[in-house]
Amino acid sequence: MSAPLEFALLSNGAGLPWTEVPEWPADDFVSATAAELDRGGRLCAWFGVPEGAQTRLVAVVAFDAENTLAVGRSEPIRDRHPSLTLRCPQAHLFEREVWEQHGVVPKGHPWLKPVRRQGNGQPAMGDFFEVEGSEIHEVAVGPVHAGIIEPGHFRFQCHGEEVLHLEIALGYQHRGVEEALTGGPHRATLNQLETVAGDTTIGHATAYAMVLEALAGTEAPLRAQWLRAVALELERLANHTGDLGALANDVAFLPTSAACGKIRGDFLNLTALICGNRFGRGLIRPGGCRHDLEAERAQQLAGRLRVALAEASEAATWLWDANSVRSRFEFTGAITAEQAEETGLVGPAARASGVVRDVRFDHPAGWHRFAQIPVAVWPSGDVLARAQVRWLEIQRSGKFLEEQIAAAPDGELRVTPGPSAADTLAVALVEGWRGEICHVALTDGDGRFRRYKMIDPSFHNWTGLALALRGQAISDFPLCNKSFNLSYCGFDL
Amino acid sequence: MFAHETILHRLRHGCQTMAYPDGPAPALPDRHGGSLRLDATKCAEGCGECVRVCPTEAIAQPPGHPVALDLGRCIFCSECVAVCPTKAIAQTGDHRMAARRRDDLVIGGPGEEQVRLAAALDEKLRKLFGRSLRLRQVSAGGCNACEADTNVLGTIGWDLGRFGIQFVASPRHADGLLITGPVSRNMELALRKTYAAVPEPKLVIAVGACAIAGGPFVGNPQVRNGAGEIVPVNLFIPGCPPHPLTILDGLLRLFGGLDRSLDRR
Repeated sequence: MSAPLEFALLSNGAGLPWTEVPEWPADDFVSATAAELDRGGRLCAWFGVPEGAQTRLVAVVAFDAENTLAVGRSEPIRDRHPSLTLRCPQAHLFEREVWEQHGVVPKGHPWLKPVRRQGNGQPAMGDFFEVEGSEIHEVAVGPVHAGIIEPGHFRFQCHGEEVLHLEIALGYQHRGVEEALTGGPHRATLNQLETVAGDTTIGHATAYAMVLEALAGTEAPLRAQWLRAVALELERLANHTGDLGALANDVAFLPTSAACGKIRGDFLNLTALICGNRFGRGLIRPGGCRHDLEAERAQQLAGRLRVALAEASEAATWLWDANSVRSRFEFTGAITAEQAEETGLVGPAARASGVVRDVRFDHPAGWHRFAQIPVAVWPSGDVLARAQVRWLEIQRSGKFLEEQIAAAPDGELRVTPGPSAADTLAVALVEGWRGEICHVALTDGDGRFRRYKMIDPSFHNWTGLALALRGQAISDFPLCNKSFNLSYCGFDL
Repeated sequence: MFAHETILHRLRHGCQTMAYPDGPAPALPDRHGGSLRLDATKCAEGCGECVRVCPTEAIAQPPGHPVALDLGRCIFCSECVAVCPTKAIAQTGDHRMAARRRDDLVIGGPGEEQVRLAAALDEKLRKLFGRSLRLRQVSAGGCNACEADTNVLGTIGWDLGRFGIQFVASPRHADGLLITGPVSRNMELALRKTYAAVPEPKLVIAVGACAIAGGPFVGNPQVRNGAGEIVPVNLFIPGCPPHPLTILDGLLRLFGGLDRSLDRR
């Protein structure tokens, strides 16, 4: 049989039989993936599937301009394959992860070390990159940080105040989410996915529901798709508002910081108005939604939303008006569009470098097929840009909600999805507030999960933070960090 | 100009901190449901529906014993409430759930239909910490929801500082730890070290289902099932995540800062 030339195509929220995923010998598969990425693709997922004692590699590539996803796989690999990272740097963490999980060595990988593997009461970290020289000093921060935040370790190589290199070592939050999914879904699976990144409950739960619906060949009722879209934007509003407040706080601009802390809570309370939980736990279920947003409740939501948006607008205006804020935000932690493309950044971090990339627009699924939100982009790539993109998105999400709440479709809210198809691969992308959430499920002969891979946007974006710090003053780290505001547990899984 | 605008804004809005606990507590969202109540005498013979739907195995019915619900393990998904045919399990709408002893979170038995709320610390500790409590927060596998809703207590609406409670940047400055997350094995060492760095006498507060008993991740080999496996815990605050009001209630309860007559309601 001659090798196929191209990846198989599918759309967001669809599945295809495992046997129809084209297959290459390991070396050719790496080349084929590189070719797909060279012609404008973006690596959404790269993971291993155990095949006896060997491992198959699977790649999911997104062609954003064509609204298409492409998948391919390798033949079973025993121990090594040529590294894709050498040709496509965006694969660097994926290859480390596959090596860690399956023991397959990406030959030639420039910085092969663990991602989150369990060590002795702490992650197995490996060596840190070190800059040498008599005037060089190293700063180690974490895992436990000064505020109420998740743990992670940051290792800075500094020359005086200037950061030459930052290496980020995570894994402290590893809870074994992916391992637990094998053979699932289990009774707690949905609840575990709601807390993969607890501030992105709606995003991850929606991706999971989409995967199960694709595997079952069902679609959630329109009203449920509508409600999921509403909840997703409420989640974005709360987090973006919180981020603007946190950024203001980091430059000691207290008016916006104080106001946004409260307004963020007002947005969370709108999610709680729908389902009782401020983070949206219990709202999304495979086959639909568990709580309805009835007309009267929707009206109440719209009223409270208007007030909160007006307050957010006021608080944001102070921020942009203050010269002291601008001088701290501008030119700090800048990332070029080329860097963003090369490292595969997603979400506001990518859009703040002028990269037009948004799952809601590029790969519309669910309600986003009918109602779209303009992609918010800012060109400068610095902290200011990442703040501005958030502010643009607050406004656009607000407008979207005002329109959509008035345009609710009728009908049922939940159907029971049938059994999952056997030996099928399904992919779901959701634009969470941090960016692209990717879930990929592969079922076994009984329709159970043979492999479930999830990629939180933070997996792509932590590298962006490391790059942003190069040449910056170390005192700007908190500000840069806040401008990304990435998830530790979403990365650590 | 923002200086002018922000001052006007302050004048317009005045103090935005809630009146609670001197005034009424803010209302929970109507679909929140609050704490749970279980009267096992109402259970239908051989039913066990709730045991089957509970995702975290918070509900157990050992052979020959009545159904027991562990609010420490509960993530308040309310699936049990929905399936219970006799309404033996019901939502109370009450935000108060914090307990001093782990067993006080297990409900169902006669006289124990609801959580036994936390009593205040003994007089010596109350004297030490009652007017100034500094806490170091450690997230050990937390999903950032318990962390977020703890952080909320520092915002202008809640203003935790008015009770003399503050989160500090170093365990050396702290009187205790507030722990979230099931304690991932990869955080075990850091948690032990942080605990050891807090001077005696010290308190430990476990916030959320994960920190109390592992939450949705209970039994995963990569996590310990809650902070209690690593350090002694003085206060358990259930929820997934607990509502900020529930956390605040728990903290204030330690000092007897809340009217105890309310607890007998």
